[in-house]
Amino acid sequence: MKLHEYQSKRIFAQYGVPIPDGDVATTAAEARAVAGRLGGTVVVKSQVLVGGRGKAGGIKLAHSPDEAGQVAERILALEIKGLPVRKVLVDQAADIRQEIYLGIVIDRAVSKPVMMASSEGGVEIEEVARVNPEAIKKVHVDPFIGLRGYQTRWLAKGIGLDPALQRSFDQIARGLYQAFIESDASLAEINPLVVTGAGNLLAVDGKMVLDDNGLYRHPDLAKKRDIDEETPTEREAREAGLSYIQLDGEIGCMVNGAGLAMATMDITKHFGGSPANFLDIGGGAQADRVATALRLILADPNVKAVLFNIFGGITRCDEVAKGILTALDEVKPQVPLVARLVGTNEKEGRQILAASDYHLITATTLAEAAQKAVAAAHGELEA
Amino acid sequence: MAILVDKNTRLLVQGITGREGEFHTTQMLDYGTQVVAGVTPGKGGMTACDGRVPVFDTAREAVDETGANASVVYVPARFAAEAILEAADAGIAVVVCITEGIPVVDMIRVRNYIKPLGTRLVGPNCPGLLTPGEAKVGIMPGHIAAPGPVGLVSRSGTLTYEVVYALTARGLGQTTCVGIGGDPIIGTRFIDCLELFEADPKTERVVLIGEIGGNDEEIAARYIAAHMTKPVVAFIAGRTAPPGKRMGHAGAIIEGGEGTAAGKIAALEAVGVRVAEHPEQIADLIASE
Repeated sequence: MKLHEYQSKRIFAQYGVPIPDGDVATTAAEARAVAGRLGGTVVVKSQVLVGGRGKAGGIKLAHSPDEAGQVAERILALEIKGLPVRKVLVDQAADIRQEIYLGIVIDRAVSKPVMMASSEGGVEIEEVARVNPEAIKKVHVDPFIGLRGYQTRWLAKGIGLDPALQRSFDQIARGLYQAFIESDASLAEINPLVVTGAGNLLAVDGKMVLDDNGLYRHPDLAKKRDIDEETPTEREAREAGLSYIQLDGEIGCMVNGAGLAMATMDITKHFGGSPANFLDIGGGAQADRVATALRLILADPNVKAVLFNIFGGITRCDEVAKGILTALDEVKPQVPLVARLVGTNEKEGRQILAASDYHLITATTLAEAAQKAVAAAHGELEA
Repeated sequence: MAILVDKNTRLLVQGITGREGEFHTTQMLDYGTQVVAGVTPGKGGMTACDGRVPVFDTAREAVDETGANASVVYVPARFAAEAILEAADAGIAVVVCITEGIPVVDMIRVRNYIKPLGTRLVGPNCPGLLTPGEAKVGIMPGHIAAPGPVGLVSRSGTLTYEVVYALTARGLGQTTCVGIGGDPIIGTRFIDCLELFEADPKTERVVLIGEIGGNDEEIAARYIAAHMTKPVVAFIAGRTAPPGKRMGHAGAIIEGGEGTAAGKIAALEAVGVRVAEHPEQIADLIASE
């Protein structure tokens, strides 16, 4: 789950990381009021969960409360990479002398968090990694020992930070690490961490991604989930315990298991179609879950055919077949359906589908099923 | 021969009295696995699976009483990390964790704690291990597999079954099928299994099933080039997966341009590994090796 800039920075601030004075606004009038309270030059920043806000015109300076109001009005009318801007953050503008990067992620290969610092702040770290990897300094953090002073000194030295700022940098780095661990984050990033004209460090922009599996420990954070992070269908699926991601193709896919679901999407593409979604109905595949899943798939108007790919292991194909029929009774789809049931009790499963009033196109291999689904979606195969 | 588990494995089931635990323990027993003990705190002294398995309060008692040397964890996510630690501290050599949804921060501590103890963790969020004809540890359906010369390692569940089923149907049995799990932090990675398969005299060919996210497949490619004499055939799921979205598994996500299927396929093909276009092709490629 992604957090907004203002949410991330407020969490960082709780761990002693200095952030600019500011507040969020949902209207031009609110933005004007915040700018009035702050005084001087402010920066008005769109709060959307995508990168590239600056380039899209979503971050602007304003030199008076009236100008802040006008700028906020324009930004609040924007849509950035398909996401409407619903909130802006109005921050006191920083006097920027130098921009650096400080972030922490999980290094899967080492099974430890890794803290990264770079002298090239204000740019995406992935871009720095591509263009100038030597600019990035890294330290792995032992989960039992924590981040140590010698490590932050090494990072500071490595990025050429003014030695006078080492103490402050150490506090910020440790604060960021604590925020990361105690929030169950998978990413915590300050970019840029600014050296101000007055010679202080200030976290001007921040970003956090939380581990969904750890959210049960943070009900307060779980409530912060932005409605625009997922489509209404994805939200409904998540609440129903299904794993669903909407794509822009024409073949709806219903599969048991995440890896097999991806492989099923891939094979429709391989045979000239395109997947409309990723959907894992999980193990067991009871009738009501299958019905919910089918309803979600068919809610997408782009869907021209549905492909059921079920591998019965512990799950029995006859049970899934019954689930599919119950779902069809409830949903009554108008598009062709291709069903491939393999594994435990596959014969019984196929018989159940064949004996029904619905005209399902059947297949035995995955390749055959995918080819039939593509043909059906293109109107080249009748049920 | 096989890797990790075989007919001599003495298995402890953690969370044996839960719905999943009891169901799958019965399946493992019926397959012929030596399930010697179960653990559920507070239920010591009872039995599970119609009296077939004694239950203990702690893993330590179970190990002392029964000589268990492997364990499988069916404990819910909030308590699973603790179950792994308990098994490792009781001296269990191989711990297989089926549970999905363990927070990453917990797994970082677990992984780093058990490493020096010499316990091998498989998973979490995995289907477990299957050595056909000898032992089934986890939730893989036993009847789709058959003994034979192919070693298989995968980050997936049902996709693995699909491939095993196709191999068996073509008369290509397996030494051991290993599901290493779909989480970002896992105990056993591709290279660990490749090393075990390379050393196992019965394994002649290896199937590697990867997916988007992380760079374990790229690391595996380098390992294959440097150390593997046995042929490896691969499949990578997620060619059509969009960036920035978790595809079901917690670890299956393309982030910052890293972890794409295209990158993994290129890395494997660069070291001479043939990568199947779709799952059913894996059996064709293995048959021709």
